[in-house]
Amino acid sequence: MSDAITVAPEERAAVTKVPLVLNNRKTAWITQNISSIVEDKTPFWWWVSFCITAPVALFGVFCIAYQISTGVGVWGENHPVGWAWDITNFVFWIGIGHAGTLISAILFLTRQKWRTSINRAAEAMTLFAVVCAGIFPGIHVGRVWMVWFLAPVPNSYAIWPNFRSPLLWDVFAVSTYFTVSVLFWFTGLVPDLATLRDRAKTPAKKFFFTLLALGWRGSNRQWRHYEMAYLILAGISTPLVLSVHSVVSFDFATSLIPGWHTTIFPPYFVAGAIFGGFAMVLTIMLPARLIYPQLKDMITKQHVDKMAKIILLTGSIVGYAYLMELFVAWYSTNTFEKFTFFHARFSKDGSGYYQWAYWCMMFCNVISPQVFWFKKNRNNLIVVFIVCMFVNAGMWFERFVIIVTSLAQDFTPSMWHHYHPTWVEIWTFIGTFGIFLSLFLLFMRFLPMIAMSEVKIVLPEADPHHTVRNSGVGIEAHH
Amino acid sequence: MATDTKTVYGIAAEFSTASELYHAAEKIRDEGFKNWDVHSPYPIHGMDKAMGLGKSWLSAIVLCGGVTGLFTAFFLESIPSSIIYKTIVHGKPTNFWPVPYSLPAFMPIMFELTVLFSAFACVGGLLFLNRLPQWYHPMFNWDRFAKATDDGFFLVIEARDPKFSESRTRQLLEEIGGQHVTVVQD
Repeated sequence: MSDAITVAPEERAAVTKVPLVLNNRKTAWITQNISSIVEDKTPFWWWVSFCITAPVALFGVFCIAYQISTGVGVWGENHPVGWAWDITNFVFWIGIGHAGTLISAILFLTRQKWRTSINRAAEAMTLFAVVCAGIFPGIHVGRVWMVWFLAPVPNSYAIWPNFRSPLLWDVFAVSTYFTVSVLFWFTGLVPDLATLRDRAKTPAKKFFFTLLALGWRGSNRQWRHYEMAYLILAGISTPLVLSVHSVVSFDFATSLIPGWHTTIFPPYFVAGAIFGGFAMVLTIMLPARLIYPQLKDMITKQHVDKMAKIILLTGSIVGYAYLMELFVAWYSTNTFEKFTFFHARFSKDGSGYYQWAYWCMMFCNVISPQVFWFKKNRNNLIVVFIVCMFVNAGMWFERFVIIVTSLAQDFTPSMWHHYHPTWVEIWTFIGTFGIFLSLFLLFMRFLPMIAMSEVKIVLPEADPHHTVRNSGVGIEAHH
Repeated sequence: MATDTKTVYGIAAEFSTASELYHAAEKIRDEGFKNWDVHSPYPIHGMDKAMGLGKSWLSAIVLCGGVTGLFTAFFLESIPSSIIYKTIVHGKPTNFWPVPYSLPAFMPIMFELTVLFSAFACVGGLLFLNRLPQWYHPMFNWDRFAKATDDGFFLVIEARDPKFSESRTRQLLEEIGGQHVTVVQD
């Protein structure tokens, strides 16, 4: 659009968007400020955070070891509640990972340039969340050493796994998701690892980063294939991320339990995963901005505002799904469905033992994000943080409500049984938070937490048709 | 490589902005050079065209990977389920022929392995096409080149190019605005 160039810069500035990187920063500033996180002394608040998260992680590992060595009976689950906190935590963590892939893949395909300053950290969050998720199906089988029965090989009686089972689909979906996320994340890291290699002062660091950077030298003949690789990885990750939580929801939806047997589950789970994941991205990025203040020009209020809008959108989709479940239960006229969705959630005769969890979920997931309709709230980081904490809790309660309340009271009242977690279950779950946050802190400390080569592209000077005359004004006008 | 006699890898020049490098690349392309490259801290929009490069063939490699994954999953699922160890679950048929049996239930894994193999083909293909990993490259011998991953823009013409001449190529790079024009040794 050459006519746009003729408009005076000050006039154009009035209609141009807020720049993605504030204070008119230059390329070298980006390199310096992101690399310095890896190169400089560890900040005080990093140590404070790590000294809290690392012992929690270790205690979580202790609980896992205790459960494996003693037996799955140290948990509170028993007939009829055979899946409880373990699978709740699994779905909770795997859902959190989805926001990272959404930011790195779907926002890339839709050309959302604001993703560049948060995608690296969000992808790392995905990996660590999937690590935490993977622990639970692994240990809930009881005899962990038999977990190889999940693999597509004949077991000791020459019996093959059932390929028609959603549980086996889940094994493939989650392991593919983790592998592809690692590949995507590492591909994105290579140019930044090369930057750290070229800045390395000590021989040990030089060796380490030379190894990891694979000899990357930023030549255009490399970038040409690299950009294609990135596009393809984004293109295949997009249906992948939608499939993963759909498959997770099949674990429930293909069964006959009232409360699980619901065709709305796949889209409802995917929306919920993105909803909970964005809340977790903000939960870790807002404190990260406090530990490393130099990030504030790159992770701006604009980014927070956009993520809050996505939380509002997906939270409303989740709210719609909750109401639609109630509608379908009523419309089906099925006694058991109506019991699960109405009697157990609204009655006052004592059979609604888990009502409190349902209403916690409703408040946290549907009511609390509605404050994001107002720009004032989206720009207030304290409000945003509080809502995100509600969403984190709400999304955990959602899975608890689906899994435990449906199992505790199904078809025959004589089979009903309440479920209570033991300290081992509670601390294993808290322990995964320790593992997740410790891994994230280590990532922030040792790898570039913002994709330098990608943030540089959104600077005005990265445009080959950029001239000094229109500097500081958005580059959108050219394209 | 570890000989005492140094050979010339090429002549390199530095440019101060992405825009300058872009226009320099256009000129080198028009001069008819074949073995040359530009280096920048990020991919420059339109640089493939400025260098006269076509579309990357990586997508073809990924297609092969994806098709392999799809068929791997199909046979991985259908051979045990229909031939080696037939298990009747959900009352679904186990026959392999004529086609239908329980194909819909095999779709999720067929999809997942298509994605998995595509991703491996993509990253493997990227490394293959870029000749990576690589421990050594002559360009790393030039101390200014460390800026290529920070905020430096470089153009290098290799000595093996038929049109290369140490004096004339140096002059050309200076004419098109290159700074710090340097002979890079291998």
